[in-house]
Amino acid sequence: MSSNVAMPSRHDGSVATRTWFVATEDHAHGGGATLIGFWIYLMSDALIFASLFAVFGVLGRNYAGGPGPKQLFDLSLVALNTGLLLASSITFGIAMMAMESDRVKRTMFWLVITGLLGLGFLYVEMHEFAELVAQGATPQRSAFLSIFFTLVGTHGAHVAFGLIWLVTMLIQIGQRGLHVENRRRIVCLSMFWHFLDIVWIGVFTFVYLYGVIR
Amino acid sequence: MWAAGLNPGPTMLDQGFLKAPLGRLSLDSLPLHEPILIGTFIGVAVLGLVVVAALTWLGRWGWLWREWLTSVDHKKIGIMYVILGIIMLLRGFSDALMMRAQQAVAFGANQGYLPASHYDQIFTAHGTIMIFFVAIPLVVGIINFVMPLQIGARDVAFPYLNNLSFWLTASGAVLTMISLFVGEFARTGWLSYAPLAELQYSPDSGVDYYLWSLEIAGVGTTLSAINMVATIIKMRAPGMTLMKMPVFTWTALCSNILAIAIFPALTAAFFLLILDRYAGTQFFTNELGGSPMMYWNMVWIWGHPEVYVLILPAFGIYSEITSTFTGKRLFGYSSMVYATVVITLLSYLVWLHHFFTMGSGASVNSFFGIATMIIAIPTGAKVFNWLFTMYRGEIRFELPMMWVVAFMLTFVVGGMTGVLLAVPPADFVLHNSLFLVAHFHNTIIGGVVFGLFAGMTYWFPKAFGFRMDEFWGKVAFWGWVVGYWVAWTPIYIVGLMGVPRRVHHLDDASLRPYFVVAAIGAVIILIGILGFVMSIVMGIVKRKALADVTGDPWNARTLEWSTSSPPPAYNFAFQPVVHDLDAWHDMKENGYVRPTTGFNPVHMPRNTGVGIYVAALSLTLGFGMVWYIWWLAAISFVGIVLVSILHTFNYRRDYFIPGHEIAVTEDARTRSLATGA
Repeated sequence: MSSNVAMPSRHDGSVATRTWFVATEDHAHGGGATLIGFWIYLMSDALIFASLFAVFGVLGRNYAGGPGPKQLFDLSLVALNTGLLLASSITFGIAMMAMESDRVKRTMFWLVITGLLGLGFLYVEMHEFAELVAQGATPQRSAFLSIFFTLVGTHGAHVAFGLIWLVTMLIQIGQRGLHVENRRRIVCLSMFWHFLDIVWIGVFTFVYLYGVIR
Repeated sequence: MWAAGLNPGPTMLDQGFLKAPLGRLSLDSLPLHEPILIGTFIGVAVLGLVVVAALTWLGRWGWLWREWLTSVDHKKIGIMYVILGIIMLLRGFSDALMMRAQQAVAFGANQGYLPASHYDQIFTAHGTIMIFFVAIPLVVGIINFVMPLQIGARDVAFPYLNNLSFWLTASGAVLTMISLFVGEFARTGWLSYAPLAELQYSPDSGVDYYLWSLEIAGVGTTLSAINMVATIIKMRAPGMTLMKMPVFTWTALCSNILAIAIFPALTAAFFLLILDRYAGTQFFTNELGGSPMMYWNMVWIWGHPEVYVLILPAFGIYSEITSTFTGKRLFGYSSMVYATVVITLLSYLVWLHHFFTMGSGASVNSFFGIATMIIAIPTGAKVFNWLFTMYRGEIRFELPMMWVVAFMLTFVVGGMTGVLLAVPPADFVLHNSLFLVAHFHNTIIGGVVFGLFAGMTYWFPKAFGFRMDEFWGKVAFWGWVVGYWVAWTPIYIVGLMGVPRRVHHLDDASLRPYFVVAAIGAVIILIGILGFVMSIVMGIVKRKALADVTGDPWNARTLEWSTSSPPPAYNFAFQPVVHDLDAWHDMKENGYVRPTTGFNPVHMPRNTGVGIYVAALSLTLGFGMVWYIWWLAAISFVGIVLVSILHTFNYRRDYFIPGHEIAVTEDARTRSLATGA
């Protein structure tokens, strides 16, 4: 806001000093709203995941005579996957630091590394799904498997969209460098990426670890 | 290895990808044997051709595309939402008339004029359309138009997203309307409960139309809510602290926060039901571990707060109107704000009262029963605030104020029957009876619909620069108010006697007089609807005489009345500075002088057609999925992704309106103010 806005106290009673309008405004409106808007979007997405976790809470033990977590989950594979995704959050953090110091090439390099780790995560997940389906543990087999595939798959679909966004972002950085709008978008993408990491920690804990120990 | 003994039924996977290029769509999908639908289709087609011909003849296609369809101006988007809502109201109300006519005649040997399967589609479509495509678009439209003006902003936080949200909602409405002529709509009730809505029991296209329409529209509503909250948080005029926000903006804030909190649950529930129907999963089935009651819980976690999403802005409308037409500051502004916030929180904790009969036990039912009754306390506080605002005020009984009074008299009864239904033992008797149906029509018509009519009448001159015709407005008012009571009092009575809802035929002919009276009431409401349409038409005809040159035809109190009617594209030549609640009243009282020189360029968002493209592709995606036309769905999906990506390569999204252009507009206003005064 411009500095010429005088804000007289409500109780001073003097009408003459009141300013009724902003004579010259700051034109950069909307930019600040992007981040809060994106935060709110992430919260609504978190509620979709919350709904799916709640469904897992209700249906997570309904094996219907089919296989349960102990027979199905390969924790070493899941550990690898978790490692890949957590590492990708760190590399995204490094990319953000490079962006802060205006180093375009370095930013792009670490974003590429992040993308490769995300791709690795998706590959391992697809491999796991294929193994399960090959054993006959399909989403149709029991309510537990329905919500397992849906919860983990919804997270995977988000990672896939994150990757598409990341590739788009790399092209745009290549075209325009660390343009002010590109910076804002990278900040949003990083929030999205870390959000998926947090959701994965929930999946890892409640679906895999808790599934195997109980 | 883990094969189950049960066959989960046919799934999407059984449908060959290339086996049938049109999926399960065939000539049999067209309702060629239903004369009512053929007649409707001919009517719609003729009307559509007339509109197309008129636009072509007048050469208005380019104008329509540039000025309206691709507009990112919050005022125009708001008006388009309202138009969508009014058109869909006509559809939803014709469903209501058909149901009333059927129930008035279908006794004993007479099976009525509607086959049961058609009747079931009508009550499902009526509820779905009235909530999702009438109430939501009207509420969102009024918020879109009014709220940015009330907070002294030039537009919403994300203008392109706003356009996309509108078109997604419109796509959902179009998909629902297509089901009238291609295939059929769901026969499962307006929330399509599982397991009835599962593929096994509802194998045709109806539930799929329902699910895809509402998923598409639901995304639009969620995005719109995010946009509105970000706008209210970040774009208020300097000086407008939270406790100086107009009450309508407060209710818009709470309503949209609530929408963001609940729509994900609905999206997830529908998504899981879609998976059950298309991929053969076991979420809500009765087999292999599924839980149908989980679907009920999920949809009502959305469904109950949703009625507050709708009614909170209506409460805001009543507050603005009461304060304006009594010439007083609203009584108990802060208690009004706190009551709104408390209702927002409590509304999330009552969903289970929709199925006390589920069998969750006495303690769970007691919790939800008591939480429900507590909502009556902040709502009661609001009613008293409005009454105390009126007390010793100089009340002007103009049309908007008449709606407020009718609301208070009608809604209070609906509130009391709601408290009655919140008592679990009473609910065990009244559950799924017409008493319940009368109760929620009492609150939704008496609360939401009256509020929307009040709001449309109140802000119409702001949107178009002239008032609606008063005589026909009064016809609309009396038609709705009298019609409501004539239509629903008998339904309350038969409901208390135990008549269940959604019944196509009754044996006991002694009940018939009640249903005949109810049908007469529906016809009186029809007079009200036609009166409303006429008051707009006659307003346009007499627009010279009804013109508003001042921008403040009602002597109102909030910022939207400080600019011209209709407001210029940039809303305010200079961004206002707020010192007090009721900012415009404060400005009028304390020597505000409208600036006539020194205009600066104004930064504005540029129009874009991307919203329409994405929404159109969403429509074809939905249609492809409904009919198992996989190639169409796949192409549409890829199209949505590609168009969205391409849109991000457009960095030229804004422009400046030069100061001299603003000077021209403002000088014209100066002249018209001088002649008007």
